[in-house]
Amino acid sequence: MSPKTLYDKIWDAHVVSEDADGTCLLYIDRHLVHEVTSPQAFEGLRMSGRKVRAPEKTIAVPDHNVPTTLDRDNADTMNEDSRIQVAALDKNAKEFGVHYYPVSDVRQGIVHIVGPEQGWTLPGMTVVCGDSHTATHGAFGSLAHGIGTSEVEHVLATQTLIQKKSKNMKVEITGKLRPGVTAKDITLSVIGATGTGGGTGYVIEYCGEAIRDLSMEGRMTVCNMAIEGGARAGLIAPDETTFNYVKGRPHAPKGAQFEAALDWWKTLYSDDDAHWDKVITIKGEDIAPVVTWGTSPEDVLPIDAVVPAPESFKGGKVDAARRSIEYMGLTPGQKLSDIEIDTVFIGSCTNGRIEDLRAAAAILKGKKIKDGMRAMVVPGSGLVRAQAEEEGLADIFKEAGFEWRLAGCSMCLAMNPDQLAEGERCASTSNRNFEGRQGYKGRTHLVSPAMAAAAAVTGKLTDVREMM
Amino acid sequence: MEKFEKVSGIAAPMPLVNIDTDMIIPKEFLKTIKRSGLGVHAFDEMRYDRQGNEIPDFVLNKPQYRDASIIVAGDNFGCGSSREHAPWALADFGIKVIVSTSFADIFYNNCFKNGMLPIVLPQEQVDVLMKDAEKGANARMEVDLEAQTISTSDGEVFSFDIDPFKKHCLIEGLDDIGLTLEKVSAIDTFETAAAQARPWV
Ligand code: SF4
Repeated sequence: MSPKTLYDKIWDAHVVSEDADGTCLLYIDRHLVHEVTSPQAFEGLRMSGRKVRAPEKTIAVPDHNVPTTLDRDNADTMNEDSRIQVAALDKNAKEFGVHYYPVSDVRQGIVHIVGPEQGWTLPGMTVVCGDSHTATHGAFGSLAHGIGTSEVEHVLATQTLIQKKSKNMKVEITGKLRPGVTAKDITLSVIGATGTGGGTGYVIEYCGEAIRDLSMEGRMTVCNMAIEGGARAGLIAPDETTFNYVKGRPHAPKGAQFEAALDWWKTLYSDDDAHWDKVITIKGEDIAPVVTWGTSPEDVLPIDAVVPAPESFKGGKVDAARRSIEYMGLTPGQKLSDIEIDTVFIGSCTNGRIEDLRAAAAILKGKKIKDGMRAMVVPGSGLVRAQAEEEGLADIFKEAGFEWRLAGCSMCLAMNPDQLAEGERCASTSNRNFEGRQGYKGRTHLVSPAMAAAAAVTGKLTDVREMM
Repeated sequence: MEKFEKVSGIAAPMPLVNIDTDMIIPKEFLKTIKRSGLGVHAFDEMRYDRQGNEIPDFVLNKPQYRDASIIVAGDNFGCGSSREHAPWALADFGIKVIVSTSFADIFYNNCFKNGMLPIVLPQEQVDVLMKDAEKGANARMEVDLEAQTISTSDGEVFSFDIDPFKKHCLIEGLDDIGLTLEKVSAIDTFETAAAQARPWV
């Protein structure tokens, strides 16, 4: 048998049929659904008299629009359009009989946090969602990627997706990370090295000692941003860390079935002599805590660097960098650690898990946020929130001056009322720093949770290593 | 879906690299539960000021480009989210063809589901088309999907590659779901076998 990558193995196990030109019908094991990209798909089913083929493999949760303030059960806190969209999901979930976690359920949260938490995401699966950060689930060694609404309808109706295979890319992070460096710094640094188009046409497998050493939470952070690097999906081979995380989750297999699953999961790794179309290697010890300075996730630099000069780039990037720097209100040559911020957002499917809150709380313990700072923590799910309260993290955040919110996407994309005002500047643990992403003319610097916490205290982008 | 044949139209130059889906359609317009009507909001934050007035400098606001049906764009067009609202907005505006050196993967696929043709060409050729597009309304480009060519207003012709299946679907205006449901017995067979091999799924 010819050697295969992990991606090859999962792909091969899910091909329903293949046309002569290589177009495949791929079977989908898990379909996650949220309120923004699904209404038109359900409507399409209704109009053509179709059903959801596998409602037991379909999981719906509202997250993008929902308010995260404590009074959210009071529908007045949602604007009319948001309310219609969430109500449409309620109705569609019930009518089509899919698994559903409504806003009132403690298990509700960001779809990419709920899936793994509930054991819906398992190694070797194909997982899709009408959301580009579906890549997150690749941390389990599952093939997981975002799809458009037409494809959502296609998966609902057929439980398959029409796909052509991508190429294989290996991103190896060797050795150990230095103190203060986290999974977020790894994934941002990779994008800094490859560019936002560097992964286009590829599925990335992250490997190497620094990746192996990460917890499942950290691995999810890394895979989450594979899409910012342009890749169709990112994945990490499952190992004991993965199996231990999965075991005992509500929808994970139990007993003899778990053992049978384990036997298969243990075969899910790239063979030694597998073929890679592209390989990137980064030394773990070369990675520093990083921040973004511009409006593309590839605009990444170590915290001790300065804002670059647009002329230092090539081609179309010169203009893009000039536009970014202007939008961000920065000056070339300015030290990144001199940039003052007024808002801190800790949350999102990139960094809204328990470990992220622990990392931020470790920095904040016994400290206060800077006067005038608006700082909020939005846990990724109701269960993350409950656990953080139990561990005493919520108290640390509150005593430091953070708002302690309910679960949702919140200021990651600001579809709910959590937004930046014009000119406000935010250190954010989310994944996108596009123009207007967190609010019209708002300015976003992407950072790790520990770096966000440090910035909340000092009021500037700050090297977290100075506070450890 | 409407059949895609030939397009002859005005091309708007958008040389900026990494035009992302938030630029194409900002999130406040994602709250619709319909597919149509998004064209007026395409490129909203670049196209209008906060009071809703048009920003005259923006390419699609210039008289010569208001009827553009082609966009010639910088590298990595459509990066960012999976929102199909981006191609819906462009299609609703009247865009039929987008040319760039590269596209984000999900956006690229989404175009075909909405009867739009994304064309990938090497940098030198995109540069030529960009120059041609800058000539304004006098420069009509011709796209022939059957022949897989795009020609400038001066008659310079470039060939492009396209996946044969995607081409076929676009030309015939075929609906993917209908096509897949013709293979329903293969899906049934796969599902039965998979349930045996991986009963925990
Ligand atoms: S947290 Fe942000 S990136 Fe993640 S699903 Fe929500 S909006 Fe998308």
